[in-house]
Amino acid sequence: MSATPPQNTNLDLDISKLNLKAMPRVLGRLTRLSFRYPWQWFFALSCAIASAMFNLITPRLLGRAVDQAHHLLIDGHTHPEETRSAFLQLTPALFGEATQQAFQIIIDGHAHSTGPRAALLATALMIVVACALRGTLTGLQGYWGEVVAQRVGYDLRLAFFEKLQRLSFGFHDVNHSGDLISRGMLDLEGVRAFLESGFLRAVVLLLLVSFGAWRLLGTDMNLGLIALSFVPFVAWRATRMGLLLRLSWQRLQQLMSDLTLTMEENLQGVRVVRAFACKNLELAKFDQTAQAALRLANRRITIRMGSMSMMNFAFYTALGLVLWIGGQRVSQGAMTVGTLTEFLTFMTLLQQPIRQVGMIVNSSSRASSAGSRLFEVLDAEPSIQDVPDARDWMPGEGVLRFEAVDFAYDRSLGGRKILSGISFEVSPGKTLGIVGPPGSGKSTLAHLIPRFYDVTGGRITLDGQDIRSMTLDSLRRAVGLVQQEIFLFDVSVHDNVAYAEPWAEEQRVVEAASIAQIHEHVAGLPDGYATRVGERGVALSGGQRQRMSIARGLLAGRAIMVLDDSTAAIDTTTEQRVRSSLRTAVRNRGTIIIAHRLSSLLHADEILVLDEGMIIQRGTHADLLKQVGVYADLWALQSPPVAKTTPTKKAAKNPELEVS
Amino acid sequence: MSAMRGDGGGGHGGGFGVGRHHDFGDDALTRFDTGVVRRLFGFVRPYRRILAGALLAVALATAVQVSIPLTVRYAVDSAVGHSEYPLNTVLAGFVLLIVLNGVLGYLQESISARLAQRVIFDLRRAMFAHLQDVSMSFLDQTQVGRLMARLQSDVNALQEFMENSVSAIGDFFLLLGIIAVLLWMDLRLGLLTLSVLPVLVLVRAVWIPWARPKFRRAREASSSANAALAENINGIRTVQENRREAVNFDRYRVRARENLDAQIASSQASQIMVPAVDILTGVAMGIVVIVGGDKVLTGELGVGVMVAYIFYVQRFFDPIRTLSMQYTTMQSAMAAGHRIFDVLDVPVAIRDKPAAITLKDQEPSIEFRQVTFGYRPGQPVLHDISLWVEPYQTVALVGPTGSGKTSITALTHRFYDVWQGAVLVGGVDVRDVTQDSLGHTISMVLQEPFLFSGTIFDNIRYGVPDASREDVVAAAKAVSAHGFIERMPAGYDTLLGQRGRNLSIGQRQLLSFARALLADPKILILDEATANIDSFTERDIQQALKKLLKGRTSLVIAHRLATIRDADLIVVLDHGRIVEQGSHGQLLAKGGLYARLHASSHGSFDELP
Repeated sequence: MSATPPQNTNLDLDISKLNLKAMPRVLGRLTRLSFRYPWQWFFALSCAIASAMFNLITPRLLGRAVDQAHHLLIDGHTHPEETRSAFLQLTPALFGEATQQAFQIIIDGHAHSTGPRAALLATALMIVVACALRGTLTGLQGYWGEVVAQRVGYDLRLAFFEKLQRLSFGFHDVNHSGDLISRGMLDLEGVRAFLESGFLRAVVLLLLVSFGAWRLLGTDMNLGLIALSFVPFVAWRATRMGLLLRLSWQRLQQLMSDLTLTMEENLQGVRVVRAFACKNLELAKFDQTAQAALRLANRRITIRMGSMSMMNFAFYTALGLVLWIGGQRVSQGAMTVGTLTEFLTFMTLLQQPIRQVGMIVNSSSRASSAGSRLFEVLDAEPSIQDVPDARDWMPGEGVLRFEAVDFAYDRSLGGRKILSGISFEVSPGKTLGIVGPPGSGKSTLAHLIPRFYDVTGGRITLDGQDIRSMTLDSLRRAVGLVQQEIFLFDVSVHDNVAYAEPWAEEQRVVEAASIAQIHEHVAGLPDGYATRVGERGVALSGGQRQRMSIARGLLAGRAIMVLDDSTAAIDTTTEQRVRSSLRTAVRNRGTIIIAHRLSSLLHADEILVLDEGMIIQRGTHADLLKQVGVYADLWALQSPPVAKTTPTKKAAKNPELEVS
Repeated sequence: MSAMRGDGGGGHGGGFGVGRHHDFGDDALTRFDTGVVRRLFGFVRPYRRILAGALLAVALATAVQVSIPLTVRYAVDSAVGHSEYPLNTVLAGFVLLIVLNGVLGYLQESISARLAQRVIFDLRRAMFAHLQDVSMSFLDQTQVGRLMARLQSDVNALQEFMENSVSAIGDFFLLLGIIAVLLWMDLRLGLLTLSVLPVLVLVRAVWIPWARPKFRRAREASSSANAALAENINGIRTVQENRREAVNFDRYRVRARENLDAQIASSQASQIMVPAVDILTGVAMGIVVIVGGDKVLTGELGVGVMVAYIFYVQRFFDPIRTLSMQYTTMQSAMAAGHRIFDVLDVPVAIRDKPAAITLKDQEPSIEFRQVTFGYRPGQPVLHDISLWVEPYQTVALVGPTGSGKTSITALTHRFYDVWQGAVLVGGVDVRDVTQDSLGHTISMVLQEPFLFSGTIFDNIRYGVPDASREDVVAAAKAVSAHGFIERMPAGYDTLLGQRGRNLSIGQRQLLSFARALLADPKILILDEATANIDSFTERDIQQALKKLLKGRTSLVIAHRLATIRDADLIVVLDHGRIVEQGSHGQLLAKGGLYARLHASSHGSFDELP
């Protein structure tokens, strides 16, 4: 059914691709985290050990019961009527006798030759008690185990969140947000699942196997060895299966996320798909990935079921051998039938946890990779931090200076210089315009001001103080940055506008919204400022979003406003209104406007033309038009033909009302 | 643990939608729904032989599993000399059974699991293929996220159900088999031992309604904490710009704490079942010891039966647990199935007629004959439109927002069918030609350029998947995209970030021009984009446009004055009617809507109120 031949469907699963070397270190670190809750941890472990003990007692008791019944049968053959009638008299006295005998068994290890029925009853009582205790302890172990795991999960959650908030832009530039989210959700879950069950299960398993081995080998060396012979085989198969399933799971996840991407883009770009009649191409793309996923899923089934039936077979073979040899011994009288039952029940008991080896291995391997991905973030150091003796910026004049600033992103772009030798000054009430082709470094320049990145040469000062010697908090409160794309949170309009100042009074929020010309629209929303916006709230148009962004920036910036191409999506008429009200509002602040609509820059006190990170032209609008260069060319391109003839005159006449 | 099923689930499809957004109505449809099952079976029908094989394997495997403890009984009995069968015969039977158990167990699980995978694959593909054919109106009105939820979480819920179904049938048989054997070996002992089963069912019946809200709360708390994390990561730059770290951390701590409490409460609820089951197991064993012991004592029963009973008692709680878990899976699967078939039932409005012809050598003209059309019944957006576009001419569509420009272009490509009248391309009604040939005759450049993940190279040759490197480069050069592409880190092989986020909108526009140029259509439909294009790219775009329009019939939703003036014919639309037609000069002279638009706009017709 596939339109394309399968390609690159190499399903080779090589366990060595899993990073097992880091496993002890990562798992050790995770386990140490759970030691932060020593009491809960101690309870969980004690309950695990105790429940394992009661688990081990059951086969012994069942074996005893079988022996008792069997011996009764042999002894009681002579007087069947008498024994029967005696047995049916389940008098309180018999219960008393049974209880007494149970105590004796517990204290002395064996019963005195009291009534055989009392012995049976005693055993039955002890089985019920043992099962009840086992169940209660297993439940408690599960509970305390989860308490520890959830608490560690909670700690990790908070630490992860806190660290991500502190890590600088440089970190977030190279780490995709989707990847970070998956670390915080799925990897955290993987770690938690291991702490909750993987570790304790391993302890219980070890206890069961070693106590059981001790008990069986002590009873009958040879038969014990046969009974346990399936353990190493099953453990080996289960380990292999766990690792293979882990590896193929990772591969399957990759394929599934490719498939998601194919489907999602197909739906989002449906007009392109239909416009180019590419249905078959899209189906082929789908088939290629989906078929590979199907093959891998089938491969996983083979791995799992193959291992499972081999493990079952090994178990039953051992059981068969025990039956055969044990049966012969019983018939020879060399062994009681109760001991045989004990062997058989014990094997059944062990079978389940041994199979869980696969799960334990799988979960450890998952926890190991998940843990190392988490620790990678937790161990990362923010590249931009307050210096030890950082001082707050004191609200002063608010003069921003760039002094021969150089900048390069060291990691992502191979050290290419993005900005070189940038110098300028913006004083309160003044406006600096910046223009340049895409990639000329305009936005990078804007990001240097609130110190999202540190300059690689020169320095930036605010009121003469190097911004690197200020506290980040005070610096970023001084700068209001308005970006082209606003990120709206899934909260009310009010909270989105007041994002920087969550406790700002309604009046200030309304004021900011009015300046940004968004107040009227907000007031018309169903719940006014309480209307929810963002992912699950009302949709805003591009222009409305930009105006929200301006309102938000207005509330934030105390000394400097930086508008990074923030009016491009607003229609010209509204833009004029925004600009004129903005000019009044920021009268006492310095303003930097980055734009490609030159009409937005007409009133700037100075305009910088950037290219390849360097200032190639600077001056006022009128100065720049007189020069032959990029700016004049651009102006010619952007101006309407009518205006083209007398641009300077018009601009000088009434710059505020200029329409591009 | 069961409480944690929901939040890990996001990983299943690889997307990180936060939890499952169950906003598609209530989940009241949780009954066993015969309609859903019947339709689901429609997908299984092609594989019914495999299904029959799987069921046979299940039945046999169950029979074998039930027989194994029975052989243990005979083995024990013959060991103590109370059986007519010699030990070795019994053991030979045992060996046969365990071999069968291995083989049948493997077959049972793997046949059914593979079948489930296959059916799920078919189902997902059927949905995806169906979505390629459904009407654009449906897709316009449906959020992509909702459809993705159906393609992913709903399909996954169904997959889980299908995978477990066959083994659930196996568990059911196993339970019946165990009950039958217990009663057959000894009626009274069997009845007494089984008396704990109704107790367990009763306990679970009380427990489930009590525990379920706790599990739900745990799921919700977890997805709420994850949603907060995701939002904070997505908006991390805004968070840092606005110094919100401390406030956000405090708020997150509250949610994380709620999650912690909910998880612990849910763990408490699920762990409380463990002692209950174990106590009942203990009671069942106690009954076996006392009553069975009594019977052994009176010689009524061999000691082997007692041993076999002990084996069975340890097994018969498992099927009950898995079956009640399967019941929960079934409930969500039924709801998911409903939603999936909802999608599959969306009618396909536009299909090729059986005798549809292939557009090939027709002269590329476009004609609208008295077309009336709308998206919602009773609300036409185009009224009685008649339009004739000469082959190889450029026609500019001009008019305020909502005047019907986009609808005209969509009808030309037959994204929708007209209500009245007819649209003809190359002199043939578009309803009489194959959609494929229509797609190859017409290319579209959308206002919002859409790029796919992948290389720039693959994006340019999207419409022509077998285009050579030279052709792609030539097309890119023709629309002045070659320069910036070459400057990208890996040139034409640069992988585009999420939908080309590493490109400016102008650059994306140029790539979509190159794509259209490479497809070399006879007819080009172009929706000009002007907003957000930087002036530097603007220049390139204007030049590229001229190349693109040359030698083709073009329908342009024009915003730039330059484009409009160069058009052979300008069609002015208002409220779904053609109000004026003519050249730039003619229309200006006429002093109508066009002249007014022109006077109020300068440079661009884009920002009209």
